[in-house]
Amino acid sequence: MKIIVLVKQVPDTTEVKLDPKTGNLIREGIESIINPDDRHALEAAVSIKETWGGKVKVLSMGPPQAIDAVSEAIGMGADSGILLTDRAFAGADTWATSSTLGKAIEKMGGYDIILCGRQAIDGDTAQIGPQVAEYLGISQVTYVSRIEEIKKKTMVVHRRLENGFEKVQCSLPALLTVIGEINSPRHPAVSGLLKACGEKAPITIWNAADIGAQAKDIGLEGSLTHVIKTFAPKFKRQGELIKADAEEAVGTLVSRFRENKLI
Amino acid sequence: MTVWVETDLCNGCKRCLKACPYGAVEMREGKAHILDKCTSCGACLEVCKQKAINTDMVPREIPDFSDRKGIWVFAEQREGKLSRVSLELLGKAQDLALSLDQEVSALLLGYKVSALSKTLIEHGADRVMLAQSKALEHYRTVAYTNVIQEIVSSYKPNILLMGATHIGRDLAPRVSRRIGVGLTADCTELSIDEEEGILLQTRPAFGGNVMATIANRYSRPQMATVRPGVMEILPKPGNRGEVIKCAVALKEKEIGTKLLEIVKEKKQGVSIGEAGVIVAGGRGVGSKEGMGALFSLAEAMGGEVAGTRIIVEEGWLPVDRQVGQTGQTVRPELYIACGISGAIQHRAGMLGSRYVVAINRDEGAPIFDVADWGIVGDLHEVVPRLVKAMNEIKSVRGA
Repeated sequence: MKIIVLVKQVPDTTEVKLDPKTGNLIREGIESIINPDDRHALEAAVSIKETWGGKVKVLSMGPPQAIDAVSEAIGMGADSGILLTDRAFAGADTWATSSTLGKAIEKMGGYDIILCGRQAIDGDTAQIGPQVAEYLGISQVTYVSRIEEIKKKTMVVHRRLENGFEKVQCSLPALLTVIGEINSPRHPAVSGLLKACGEKAPITIWNAADIGAQAKDIGLEGSLTHVIKTFAPKFKRQGELIKADAEEAVGTLVSRFRENKLI
Repeated sequence: MTVWVETDLCNGCKRCLKACPYGAVEMREGKAHILDKCTSCGACLEVCKQKAINTDMVPREIPDFSDRKGIWVFAEQREGKLSRVSLELLGKAQDLALSLDQEVSALLLGYKVSALSKTLIEHGADRVMLAQSKALEHYRTVAYTNVIQEIVSSYKPNILLMGATHIGRDLAPRVSRRIGVGLTADCTELSIDEEEGILLQTRPAFGGNVMATIANRYSRPQMATVRPGVMEILPKPGNRGEVIKCAVALKEKEIGTKLLEIVKEKKQGVSIGEAGVIVAGGRGVGSKEGMGALFSLAEAMGGEVAGTRIIVEEGWLPVDRQVGQTGQTVRPELYIACGISGAIQHRAGMLGSRYVVAINRDEGAPIFDVADWGIVGDLHEVVPRLVKAMNEIKSVRGA
């Protein structure tokens, strides 16, 4: 099995805060991690390799420091990795990102399965998987919670729904996006990390020219959607603070309920 | 492509700092300074009154889309039953249609589903585009994509909305890539920009810590998925609309996936998404036993009990009652937050509530910022009294 795993390095968003004065994100001092769903994709890839044999290649796009995510993936058992990094890739929406990843995958050569996480915790769009699948013209199954069977030309997986799941057979090659339920990711092995950080590390860096991407197709210029503004969430509320003993406060509240026809 | 500041012209007003979506402007000795992480998006150029910011970027031409008309909603159905979010989207679509003076269409795919057309029309659709085939009986990515591509390319809608369900989030990106348009995920607000007439798509980002408004200027239809439970259903009883039957030509070989089995897993009883009144507990409830009073209040008010992530993690409530970023989004008529401090992750799940009551001992708790009525006090004293008051009202009515 030839497997490609798409991995994104993300800020640990539980830590991201907004500067109350400027409304900007405070990103300084926030740790970068492999996107949680992508760790599950890596685990799935490595366990497929362990059962069926084959090779696992990791593909990531990001700033130069995203090489850490690729190294960690190799530590988890991937055989090699490619990092797409170029200033020209910056500011990409999912359209431009899926074009870039699609081009890189075409350059990487053959594959049977492409695995990625359902969504990244910084953007939460869940769009890259399906858009890459469409770019390549292959089958896709999203929200995969279990891989039941893999044959030469088909596989059977469980796709999680809001009220259960469906069992889907799909033709290969296919792209799957996985959810946390599918497995428990292993920790990177020290030997693997050493290999990934050594002089002969199996990591290749590609820029826009390497994948034959033109400026008009990538980054901000190649994007079809654009952020117009960002702001802290706001609410319009009556904002009445009732400061009284419990009995009186409840009385006031009940009359507010009446005034607004809630009771 | 670069953006730079003419420091002589800069008066240090910081408008660019606020406008930059990427945090790439910094003040240095009272002047704006563009950092490396600048993506040349141009947001700062538009706001600079001093014209101190320059770029060598050629402005991108916006194609003429004046022939693109109509607000389309993907009418998601499963086993012949419409998803609630489809009706919610029709509610929003009516709003947008009014601003643009365009019509609302529902895009209905399936097998033997024509009876749903009436429901769609009575919820605001002026037109139902109906595509039926045995191959469309159950949702399959490529089958649905192929059919939608056909219909969209012949009718050229202006806007196409889908629910951000497990189906919508699978289908929308595939369709967008196929027809070559941009897509915004999981929107919680949609409106029309008065000047440009484009769809403004607002969505939470970074785990709900930030809201971002996104535009789709360069392609049509403008596509977005919308979070279920956020938009309001606007029934339009007696509305008349037409049904257009669209031909379906699908080859099983091209579809690539086969549905082998659908396995339903029973929900554990409650559906807080549908409740009119929600009594929610947070850490301040103190214990599993403490939840008892909240259940009494929910019963007295005919509502459901919900809670924050923390109390679900504590095991005081099952996970299907969790409200917030990692739980459910709810929009009841009345949301009573008891002992909830109001972390942004929790607020993200309840900000659509019509009225919010907050009961908390800490006057500084952020929940009070989003409450209509806040009671500063111990919930263990307040809630039982509220239960008593509600029960008295009920018994008076009953008598």
